[in-house]
Amino acid sequence: MLLSVLISVGFLLGCGLFLAALLLLAEKKILNYGICRIQINAGRKELEVAGGSSLLTSLAEHNVFIPSACGGRGTCGYCKVTVHEGGGAIHPVEEPYLTPEEIAANVRLACQVKVRRDLDIAIPEELFSVSRYRARVEHKRPLTHDIVELRLKLLDPPALTFEAGQYVQLESAEYKGRESVMRGYSISSLPTETSHIELIIRLVPDGICSTWVFHHLKNHQEVNFSGPYGFFHLADTDAPIICIAGGSGMAPIWSIIRDMQARGITHRPTTYFFGALTQRDLFFLDEFKQIEKDAPWFKFVPALSQEPADSDWTGERGLITDVVNRHFPDASQHEAYLCGSPGMIDAAIAVLQNNGMPEHHIFYDKF
Amino acid sequence: MTPLADMSLLSSFLLIFVSAAFTDNILLARFLGMCSCLGVSKKVDTSIGLGTAVIFVTACTAALNYLVYRYLLVPLGLDYLRLITFIVVIAAFTQFVEMVIERVSEKLYNALGIFLPLITVNCAILGISLFMLNKPYSFLQAFSFGLGGGFGWFLAITLIGAIRERINEATLPRGLEGPGITLIIIGIMALGFIGFSGMIKI
Repeated sequence: MLLSVLISVGFLLGCGLFLAALLLLAEKKILNYGICRIQINAGRKELEVAGGSSLLTSLAEHNVFIPSACGGRGTCGYCKVTVHEGGGAIHPVEEPYLTPEEIAANVRLACQVKVRRDLDIAIPEELFSVSRYRARVEHKRPLTHDIVELRLKLLDPPALTFEAGQYVQLESAEYKGRESVMRGYSISSLPTETSHIELIIRLVPDGICSTWVFHHLKNHQEVNFSGPYGFFHLADTDAPIICIAGGSGMAPIWSIIRDMQARGITHRPTTYFFGALTQRDLFFLDEFKQIEKDAPWFKFVPALSQEPADSDWTGERGLITDVVNRHFPDASQHEAYLCGSPGMIDAAIAVLQNNGMPEHHIFYDKF
Repeated sequence: MTPLADMSLLSSFLLIFVSAAFTDNILLARFLGMCSCLGVSKKVDTSIGLGTAVIFVTACTAALNYLVYRYLLVPLGLDYLRLITFIVVIAAFTQFVEMVIERVSEKLYNALGIFLPLITVNCAILGISLFMLNKPYSFLQAFSFGLGGGFGWFLAITLIGAIRERINEATLPRGLEGPGITLIIIGIMALGFIGFSGMIKI
């Protein structure tokens, strides 16, 4: 009896160990791709990486950070790069995220391209200035009932150079069974202050990262982020400006307008429409009043869409797009900067184009 | 003397193949491998990809498990461990094949390799390895049983895929969409396959 138990246990153990050893050996021998060279932007940079892992992680290991919100699972479609040579066939996971034009232009998702041989790729030039930062929370200040301002002191590297309007990707830590994710948040502080950044974060119901910021992140805790990313910044023209934002879309506009003030750009009349539901969703009112006082070229127009009709609110009411429509029936000479939910931005673009604004004068940051 | 032993090698090989593929179709007669069939049979080309991978894996694992059973389990008196041993062997084999395919040919990997992790836990493959022990097969006969069983599964999922592709163009009552209508299709096809069962008895 004892013998048969021993034999069966021994057999199963031996069988499992033998097969596991075989697989490990095979993985070492078969899936060994050696050293592969990655050429980026026609020789701008050349990396030597150990083959076998994804392009996204191989690049990140060498401090080239491609934006990615899902962390390489192929579910966000952000990490697009052009792979001129060595990428192999398109993986079925990638297909839904690529347009036929992108497929023709060899655009791939970096997280789904496995480094098997030498690669020749192209990435946006600005990504070379992206790196990963370690920072400490200096304060977390509520702005409204569901929006906080996060002020981070940079530790390593100690300074960040960016343009007003760009964003960073904040990495949430694991908590209560939710995995670590990266989410993009616009920088709301000024580019002149390189030792700190500020972010404005709205609590998204059941959002992994924003819930972490609201309920788990504490003062003086250390966090990681990468950046700066994005092309959303003030264009170098003389056109008058219309800014439209809602909720935490405040962040890049708040930075851009104060940056204009700091840089002494006074010849471009600027109107900032800020949409919210009720009075309790408004913030920075006093700050903007002060800017209006100091800068005659600037006008702040907050608009509430769900404020009770009998309240003491004397400002604009209605959907932000209707308010913009009333103020600027002719927007053909203006430039527009939009930041907010995709729904708000699409509606705002429709109104502005309808009022004569050319498409290339409209800049936006959807989230 | 079993009737099988009388026959020439080739005809017994063929007979076993045909009976495993048609009269004893693993998907339609035994209803095994249903989960991956329901998931992947939306299109003919993915059905063919998965089906081909199943043919390859069933044939190889049937042979492999035959050897393990005959020369390890039986001599050691561990007959009752066949279920768990077969699972481990199948899982290790599919992992191994996935690695080899990925290394050897990227084209083949994109066509077949991505299905291999799905197959690791496909009950049809385990089923074939277990059913072959019910008959006094030789090594080659076991191999042909695996090959036939895999081919039967391939045939069934390809036919189902073709029917589903056509059905996608039609409007269905909402309650029948997806797995509902697929199970009905499989049921009707299974009825059709009963017709084969009178032909050969093995």
